[in-house]
Amino acid sequence: MRRSAVRRNLTAHAFFLPFLAVFAIGVVAPLVYAVNLSLYQERMIGGTSFVGLDNYAKALEDTLFHVGLGRVALFFAIQVPLMLGLALLAALVIDSGRLRAPGVFRIGIFVPYAVPGVVAALMWGYIYGDRFGLAGEVEDLFGVDLPDFLASGWMLASIGNIVTWSYVGYNMLIFYAALRAIPDELYEAAEMDGAGSIRKAWSIKLPALRPALLLATIFSVIGTFQLFNEPSVLQALAPAVITTNYTPNMYAFSLAFEGRQFNYSAAIAVMLGLVTVVVAYVVQLVTARRERML
Amino acid sequence: MSAETTEAQPSAAPVPGPRKRPVRPLSRKPRRRRGKSTALTVAMGLMLAYALVPLVWLTISATKSNQTLFDSPGLWFGDGFHLFENIHDVFTYDDGIYLRWFGNTLLYSVVGAGGAAMIATMGGYALAKYDFVGRKFLFALVLGAISIPATALAVPTYLLFSEMGIVNTPWAVLLPTLASPFGLYLMQVYAKDAVPDAMLEAARIDGAGELRIFFTISLRLLAPGFVTVLLFTLVATWNNYFLPLIVLNDPDLFPLTVGLHQWNSMAQGGSGAGAIPILPLVLTGSLLAIVPLVVAFLFLQRFWESGLSAGGVKQ
Repeated sequence: MRRSAVRRNLTAHAFFLPFLAVFAIGVVAPLVYAVNLSLYQERMIGGTSFVGLDNYAKALEDTLFHVGLGRVALFFAIQVPLMLGLALLAALVIDSGRLRAPGVFRIGIFVPYAVPGVVAALMWGYIYGDRFGLAGEVEDLFGVDLPDFLASGWMLASIGNIVTWSYVGYNMLIFYAALRAIPDELYEAAEMDGAGSIRKAWSIKLPALRPALLLATIFSVIGTFQLFNEPSVLQALAPAVITTNYTPNMYAFSLAFEGRQFNYSAAIAVMLGLVTVVVAYVVQLVTARRERML
Repeated sequence: MSAETTEAQPSAAPVPGPRKRPVRPLSRKPRRRRGKSTALTVAMGLMLAYALVPLVWLTISATKSNQTLFDSPGLWFGDGFHLFENIHDVFTYDDGIYLRWFGNTLLYSVVGAGGAAMIATMGGYALAKYDFVGRKFLFALVLGAISIPATALAVPTYLLFSEMGIVNTPWAVLLPTLASPFGLYLMQVYAKDAVPDAMLEAARIDGAGELRIFFTISLRLLAPGFVTVLLFTLVATWNNYFLPLIVLNDPDLFPLTVGLHQWNSMAQGGSGAGAIPILPLVLTGSLLAIVPLVVAFLFLQRFWESGLSAGGVKQ
């Protein structure tokens, strides 16, 4: 008996080992390396020297970094609630059973998720344009004057639209799956107790959705603060609007590959990671507090 | 949003419920309580149109020549049907570099996503079904890792890999893709309910070894969870852009995303001035890049929907 327990222990470790290996190389090592790099600085004279937290102090006062960070924070405050709200509405409607051909809606709205972000940005970039996109045609057809979606005032909203288009169906499915997991008996019991549809939505659906909502919000925090693909692609269409520090990730990228400032770039990457984790943690705290209040 | 966003916060997730009830397939008829509503159907139709019109536009645009793109309506066909001509041009331009990119994407996705899903399945199974030394610590590690934003690691990954001498090789793209903490977490949740302990015990009493049990019994029960993780890692790798952009500089190694972006920049800069105008290539190439994943999702719908409802919601 004892020997089989030892062997089982070994088997479990063997099952886990491949993950540990790729995790060490793909995640832990770059992380440790980044933190280490960020503590050094390359000087014109004297080569590389240890500077402690100097790079972080520099980042704290770096306006270029702040502007990008402020931009993704604004994006997070507006785009994420809009997208998740839309996804939630769609999930509730499909779950209500009042649609004709619900399967068509479920799959159709989800399809953009399978489109690579680069292709989505490319496609929308052309659609926004008035050369052969749809925006120009809508203008001609209805005689209206649409704003220039790729101008500086509209760019962030235009990117928000691309991200919403890509992920609204994915989030909808996550919410829908959570709604489907509610046992019918719960509704039946509520009906017997005389609960109306609002009461049922509040007392049954909302609690059931909470974990899924939290998950979707955390995904969105990470995605938003790391925003890179869409602005990077649109940069080709509007180089004057999308500067190299448009988002913090683009800034880290250009610092490393255009400025060759690897140490400072590593510090920006680490700080961005920290900001992301902190925001994700705050979201979680807020949700946890609400849960206690209810 | 970056493609690597399939990460979630761990401790956020309440402990998986002890629900043992069979999971309702998503595609089963929705609850019927009230009559169908035309108004709701129309309202949702608008959302469906929002999702599909850009794809319709892309499909129609792929049938046009460079000239027709500019002088025909966007949502209707222009003079002549140039789709096959465009596809031919996409495949032959620059000595068929597009096919090369396609093959690279296929390699990175199949090996990367397939490997990641398999590794996650084994790890999740170990966490769910074995009580071993260090189990709690490893589980905490996985949960913590979920919140590490993968894209923030891209630049450091490049620097590290260039020290190791593996930048500009397929390994630079594959290695980071293989680690999917969220996939592992999902499989842990899934394996808990999908593989009954009693069955494992019975197999052990019958004298089956642990490996044999895993490959002949457990893996089959874990299949829907596996397919779910596979599809979502497949999307992440197929759509991966930031990492390959950074760690590769040889166009022969590019995946489709990086290659298409390069074509697009050429089309914008006008530097693609060869015998063939490059704009139709960008559009047709984009369309061709979308097709495999959409098809995979449609065909495997039954699997990933059940995996999603079983594993994805409980957290």
